[in-house]
Amino acid sequence: MRFMMFMIPNISEQDWVPSAEAVAEMTRYNEELTKAGVLLSLDGLHPTSQGARVTGAGGKVTVIDGPFTEAKEIIGGYWLIEVSSKEEAVEWAKRCPAIQGAASTPDYSGPVPVIEIRQVFEVEDFPPEVRAAATSTA
Amino acid sequence: MSPATSDVNRSVEAVWRIEAARVVATLSRYAGDVGVGEDLAQEALLTALEQWPTMGIPEVPGAWLVTVGKRRLLDDVRRRAIFDSKRDELVRQAHGGQRRSEIEQERMDEDIADDVLRLLFTTCHPVLSRPARTALTLKLVAGLTTEEIARAYLVEVPTMAQRIVRAKRTLAEARVQFDAPMPEELASRLDAVLEVIYLIFNEGYVATSGERWTRPELCREALRLGRILAELVPAEHEVHGLVALMELQSSRLRARIAAGGEPILLQDQDRRNWDQLLIRRGLAALERADRLGRGLGPYGLQAAIAACHARAPDLKSTDWIRISALYHALAELAPSPVVDLNRAVALSMAYGPEAGLEMLDRITAEPALKNHHLTAAVRGDLLERLGRPKEARREYERAASLTENERERELLALRARPSG
Repeated sequence: MRFMMFMIPNISEQDWVPSAEAVAEMTRYNEELTKAGVLLSLDGLHPTSQGARVTGAGGKVTVIDGPFTEAKEIIGGYWLIEVSSKEEAVEWAKRCPAIQGAASTPDYSGPVPVIEIRQVFEVEDFPPEVRAAATSTA
Repeated sequence: MSPATSDVNRSVEAVWRIEAARVVATLSRYAGDVGVGEDLAQEALLTALEQWPTMGIPEVPGAWLVTVGKRRLLDDVRRRAIFDSKRDELVRQAHGGQRRSEIEQERMDEDIADDVLRLLFTTCHPVLSRPARTALTLKLVAGLTTEEIARAYLVEVPTMAQRIVRAKRTLAEARVQFDAPMPEELASRLDAVLEVIYLIFNEGYVATSGERWTRPELCREALRLGRILAELVPAEHEVHGLVALMELQSSRLRARIAAGGEPILLQDQDRRNWDQLLIRRGLAALERADRLGRGLGPYGLQAAIAACHARAPDLKSTDWIRISALYHALAELAPSPVVDLNRAVALSMAYGPEAGLEMLDRITAEPALKNHHLTAAVRGDLLERLGRPKEARREYERAASLTENERERELLALRARPSG
């Protein structure tokens, strides 16, 4: 089964670009995922100042440019992994250096990183009528 | 069992899936023997199942498991040393000789990756039968339980357990060292590893027996093993060729089965259901094989053929001329009746059904092909395209009677019926 691991760094826009040291640590982690044969893809995302939010409400479509200063839990990047259980995905998330770094520092007072784990839908997770709808757009 | 305990058990299983290969490999190196290494690892796992529910999961669980296993090994060695010294004492008394001191060299905890590679070479060792190699590789390297392997291969659990025990005994009796192969046999031993991984993949991709057409869990395990191996020996072009082949074939897994479980052939598949992520990964792996500059081996060529299909938006726009050429190259490198058969199909698509039939007639002189269900199925298809329906039906009927896969038999029987 596939899982998305969303990295929510909980840092400000100004601190968004990681240090060389942090990147080196993260690269080691990504290599570990690759060597274990579980990593399918990954990406890091620009801060919200370079993004936008598109909503539909009240009879019209609204576009709001970033940054989203009031927003919480901004996604910083993701890993897509293939593992055999949710527990295995959790185990991998625990090993992320950002999580480890914050967890291993007593009296840690910096931003608290979060990894949200979400399972990816497979065709067989849907009821038959939904499956049929997914393949009848021709 | 309390809910908390079963939660921890699932976490222990997850840790085991991640760490099994490294733990078994490291302990096998310490013990100098895969059978002993695996026993130690299993004992460490049992200890984890006992202790982790109360102590919590250790920070570095892999190292914890290795430490527990190593301690157990040292206990055994010490016990044996006491036994040995007593025995030697008797020998000395009998012969008045000097006891030769055995100094166990403390080995450094060097590169674990090398250990995992050694483990793969050992579980795919030529002294083992092929079923033993696949079972042992899934158990020791992929970290599957005996129950999971038995389920995947549709055999009883005791049968699979026996197979694994016997495989370990065979390795011990043949005195297979837990070591990397000699340089002169490296290529053939690596081929054996690739073969085992592809055997596992194929058992999942086209199940040779049983009611299900595919067993995707085996495909996923094989793919994971292939990806691991590609990082262990990144300079070997055929490893990337095999990974490319498996990624590309896997991309079609969900398009190959209809809702009722019956197989859908390549030409009838809805290509929108092909997994574009796996196609991209497959093409990238193929490029990696290519970039090593040693040409493509048999796996790489098969991947290149699969890539032709992956790139084509539909059957018609497939580059069949290139596929014919790739099959030609494959037939030179790794001649096999199945390759010839596929080449006949490709020729028929590139140059018309007559060209295919002509090739088919030439190759069915080969006894291995004559009574193969695929030969009959292909002949049936070519005859149908040539407007010879009666002969085509006869071939489909023959094909249906020759296959051992239930789903495939149904499909062939369906084609043998006169179309309305």
